[in-house]
This record gives sequence, structure tokens and C-alpha cells, in this order.
Amino acid sequence: MQLSRDELLGAYRRMATIRQFEERLHDEIKTGEIAGFTHLYAGQEAVAVGVCDHLSLDDMIVSTHRGHGHCIAKGCDVKGMMQEIFGKAGGLCKGRGGSMHIADLSVGMLGANGIVGGGAPQAVGAALAAKLDGKGRVAIAFSGDGACNQGTTFEAMNMAVVTKAPAIFVFENNHYSEHTGDAYAVGTSKDIASRAEAFGMRAWRANGCDYFDTYETMRELLDYVRAGNGPAAIELDTERFYGHFEGDPQRYRGKGEVDRLRGERDCLKAFRARVGEAKLLDAAELDAIDAEVAALIDASVTEARAAPAPDPATVAEDVYVDYY
Amino acid sequence: MAIMTIRDAILQTLHAEMERDPNIMLLGEDVVGGNGTAGGPEAIGGIWGTSGGLYAKFGPDRVIDTPISESAIVGAAAGAALAGKRPVAELMFADFVGVSLDQIWNQIAKFRYMFGGKTKCPAVIRLIYGAGMNTAAQHSQSVYAMLTAMPGLKVVLPATPADAKGLLTEALRGDDPVMFFEHKAMYGVKGEVPEGDHRQRFGEARMVREGGDVTIVACGRMVNFSEKAADKLAADGIGCDLIDLRTTSPLDEEAILDSVEATGRLVVVDESPPRCSLAADICALVATKGFTSLKAPPELITGPHSPIPFARELERAWVPSPQKIEAAVRRVLAR
Repeated sequence: MQLSRDELLGAYRRMATIRQFEERLHDEIKTGEIAGFTHLYAGQEAVAVGVCDHLSLDDMIVSTHRGHGHCIAKGCDVKGMMQEIFGKAGGLCKGRGGSMHIADLSVGMLGANGIVGGGAPQAVGAALAAKLDGKGRVAIAFSGDGACNQGTTFEAMNMAVVTKAPAIFVFENNHYSEHTGDAYAVGTSKDIASRAEAFGMRAWRANGCDYFDTYETMRELLDYVRAGNGPAAIELDTERFYGHFEGDPQRYRGKGEVDRLRGERDCLKAFRARVGEAKLLDAAELDAIDAEVAALIDASVTEARAAPAPDPATVAEDVYVDYY
Repeated sequence: MAIMTIRDAILQTLHAEMERDPNIMLLGEDVVGGNGTAGGPEAIGGIWGTSGGLYAKFGPDRVIDTPISESAIVGAAAGAALAGKRPVAELMFADFVGVSLDQIWNQIAKFRYMFGGKTKCPAVIRLIYGAGMNTAAQHSQSVYAMLTAMPGLKVVLPATPADAKGLLTEALRGDDPVMFFEHKAMYGVKGEVPEGDHRQRFGEARMVREGGDVTIVACGRMVNFSEKAADKLAADGIGCDLIDLRTTSPLDEEAILDSVEATGRLVVVDESPPRCSLAADICALVATKGFTSLKAPPELITGPHSPIPFARELERAWVPSPQKIEAAVRRVLAR
């Protein structure tokens, strides 16, 4: 294990932040205060953090409708995100976007996306821009097992190969496209990465519920891409702890399925067990991080709740840069 | 007459028509739901509740859950229709028409004309549309104006349960491609629905009420909002002709022009941005064919020229409302 103590603590903090952010939203949404659709990332934290921990602010990601984890892992401001989800003027997107449309280009987060498969081509473009700049930056498209069935994703993979773009296709297989299982909806459900290989790029596979496996595999992948070998892909086997959206009754789940996943496939529990066994960090340090994160999430909700709503008179602003 | 919701009117019509015509197939994302999961097929029954029980009754060859692949869904509907079937394809959100636009615009809409009138493509695309649920810029749009502009498509927007049944039945028995719009905030709207066979011809607007002072033209949810405005205005002695277009292609020009001839005043309500909108289209119709009837400039009540925002306060500011309609009627009468 090559990670320093600080790196380990940071990784845990970021994963815990995502988890607590999502679990708090799950509770807050029940009050009816948060409008619209919210898709929670809990269960998949090791993917976002294991991938983004290799990135600098100059590297770019494009995200999905289930994007909170990607935002936090890439460095978006948690309080700004919470205000956005509460629909407040001080939100990262002034309350115009909401949960599904959080973006912060200043940290290389090119946007969550309400259209399944909408992001992958954009990652290719961002990668071509990075290639043109020649500074070794990369662009990452997060896609689910749902988006892997969109033509846009196929076209993006082929175009990345033929243009040798430093694009990385991260397939987060949480086994559900909305309310349908990957066993039904994905023709190559046992091996989504094989699709990337069919388009002519190298692909890796890792356990997306294991931070260390994800992180170490991504190190190898990124070394390969940053060396100028063109695009690459990785399939990460992960789990979704909540429904497709908040309010989803999840009748498609097996009996006790979520409890089993939370028992056996929880990346935070696995992380704690691993660093404990290896005597790298002790439980008290991690508990302290949990408490700090809880305070941050608490403050972010309190502030978001109290923050001013957007002024209705601004509804048609920000459509263009120049109005003439 | 039975009292039911728009949701149930659509569901029952699909059941009845699929029983009547073995060529009707349904395809879309999660129209069955639960395939490939522990819960199994029909664990969902369609996320809008408009396809429950269809899979159990008609089986996997006629009720087809698709991957999230809108181009393939609509393209498959096009191909099945050319091959003699009557596909009903559901776009879970009308906004996803963006993903599948080529198959609608360059394919389905043009087959009959391009192929010299020798083909028919009786595909019904169901598009779940509209704002009001804070679903933000990519899940709230009303793309009917764009599709109305495409020759070859019929565009249908039921505003009542009776019309949901009548217009869907008509769509499923006609031979042209139909864009069938269902407003996501209207599924729970209740009303009387005729029993048995009920077809509503396209291109026949519904005169919701006659008042004689001003003509309000609307479609979809805006009919509902306009009724609320008309109720308020009636209390002040202002009588509105309220026209529910039912279909924007074909368009019942006569109903609009006849009413404006009597009232001389026009308010068009359209849940869209203003440019190249249905409101602009109706206004152009009246300006060119009913100019001498007009006693005042028409009022167009639309959203602003912007995407649809997320926050409640902003979305409310975006969507036309009964209050905005009422104010427009008062303005057009004051001129």
C-alpha cells in the first residue's frame, strides 16, 4: 500500500462526506422541502473518490444524474451543493440547476447531466482540448450500466479511440438502469468493459466497493493514458444503496437486498476494516473525521435552509453571455 | 360514463386497444419495470402508472422493456410500423426527444412523403412532458411546438380523461405517426370518460366554455389554468371563449377564427418559450386570416426565452399561471 496517512485520511473524509451528504438528503427529502428529482450516490463512494483522488483540479470530469458523489470527490463546495439542491440563490448554479445539474468548472467538474448518456461525448471533447493543450490533463466520463446502452456512449468510445483522446470511460455498474436489472438491459452484463475493448481501447476491471482496488487500478490506468496511449476504460462493480430516485418504492429489490448490500458491500466499512487490520489508522481518528463531516453537513443544511430563494425576476438571466 | 383519472384513461385504453388489435406493441424504458431484478417483471408497471398489467396480459413480445436507448426505442418503433405493426413507444420524459430526434424528424415524419405515398408509419410516440414538478431544465420541457413544425407528424395533447381515451384510440386506429403528449402534472386529473368505443377525431378543438368577450386558446395543462382564470373573470362579468386545441397538428383553424370573429380579442396560452412557439403560430394565423376581426393586439402568455429553472420560485416565475392569464385577459380588454 503506497498511500500516506494523510492520503488515507483524506480519502476516508471524502467518502464519508459523500455518504453523510446523501444520507442527510434522504432524510431531508422526506420533509418535502427539497423539490424535484434527487438521485443518491450512497454505496458508490469508492468509485468517485478512488477515481478522483488521482486527479488535479485541471483534470476534468463529466458526471451523471447521480452526480453528488462525483462533485464532492472532485472538490465542489459542499455548502454550495446543498444550497443548490435546496434551490437557493447561493447554490453552485444559483438554484437554476438543482440536484441533477450541478457543475463547477473551476474544479474541473463539467456538469452533472439529466440525460442518460449525455456526458460521454463531452468527455471526448474535453480530452481533445486537453490533448491540444499538451499539459497531460485527462477527461473522465462517468457512466452507469444504463448509459452504457446509449448510442452516444458508443460513438464517444469510438471517437476517442480514433482521435487518441486522453479520455477515460468509467463505467459504474450498480446493476440497475433505473428500475431494470443489468442482467436484462445490458447484453454484456457480466462484462461492460468488453464493450470498450471492442472499440479498440484498453480496459480494466475493479471492485467499485473497494477504495483500494479502485484506486490502485486507476493508478495503472492513468499512467497508461497520461503516457499518451489514448483512451481507456474501467468497469467498477458497485452498489446503489437507495432507489433510482428518492421516493422510488424499490419493489424490484429482493427481500433484504439492501441490508445485505450494506452489510457486505459497504466501501466505508471495508475501508475501516482494511486500515485497521494494517494498523495504518485507528478507529478514533476515523470517528473524529465522521464527527467533523457530520458538523459540516449539519451546517450546510442549516445554512441552505436559511439561505434566500432566488429572485423570480432573474428567471430569464444567464441564457447568454452577451445580449445584443 | 365512468369517472377516472387521465392516467387510468390511458391505461384502460391501452388494455382495450391491445386486446382489440394484436398488432399493437408497447416499448420503452421501464414500461414493464423490474426485468432482470429480484422483484421480477412488473415490479414497477411503468413509472407513470400507465402500463400496469399489460405485460402479464400480452407478454414480452408485445410489451417490451428497453434499455435506456432512446434512439433505438423510437427507431425500433419506426421499423416495426413499416413492418406492419402498430408500435407505441414511450419516452419517459419528452425532453429525451433530443436523444431520439433523428428517428422522429428525419425518419418517421418523412417516410410517407419521401417514399411517394407508398408507405405508412403508424407509430405512436408517447411523450411525458411539462413543468410544475421542479424537474429542471432537462425533464420539464413541452416540445410540442418543435414537433408541430415537422410536416408528417400529428401532434396530440389531451387535457381531459375523456380526450385521453378518445385521442389515444384515434391515434391507435389511424395510419399516421402520432406524437401523443401526456402532461406529467395532469395524470391525476379526474373526469367523465365515455364507456365503450370512443374516438375523438384530430383537428376538432373543444369549446370548453363560451363567454363572448375574449378568446383564450390553449392546450394541455394550460387549458386547466385558463379555466381557473376564466372562473375568476366570470365573477367580474367577463366572459371567455376557451378553446382547447386537443391537437396542434392538425390545427382547428376554424374554431379559433370563428371565436375571434365574435370576440375580437385573443389570448394564447402556451407552456413554451415564446420564439417560434405555438402561441406565435396561432397569433400568425389570426393576424393573417382574422386581422379585421381583431379589436386589440393579441396577448401571448408563454414562458420567457430561457430554459426551465429548478428552484420553486424560479419555476413558478417561468410557467404561465392562472393569474398571468387573468391579467392578460384584462389587458386585452382594456385596449
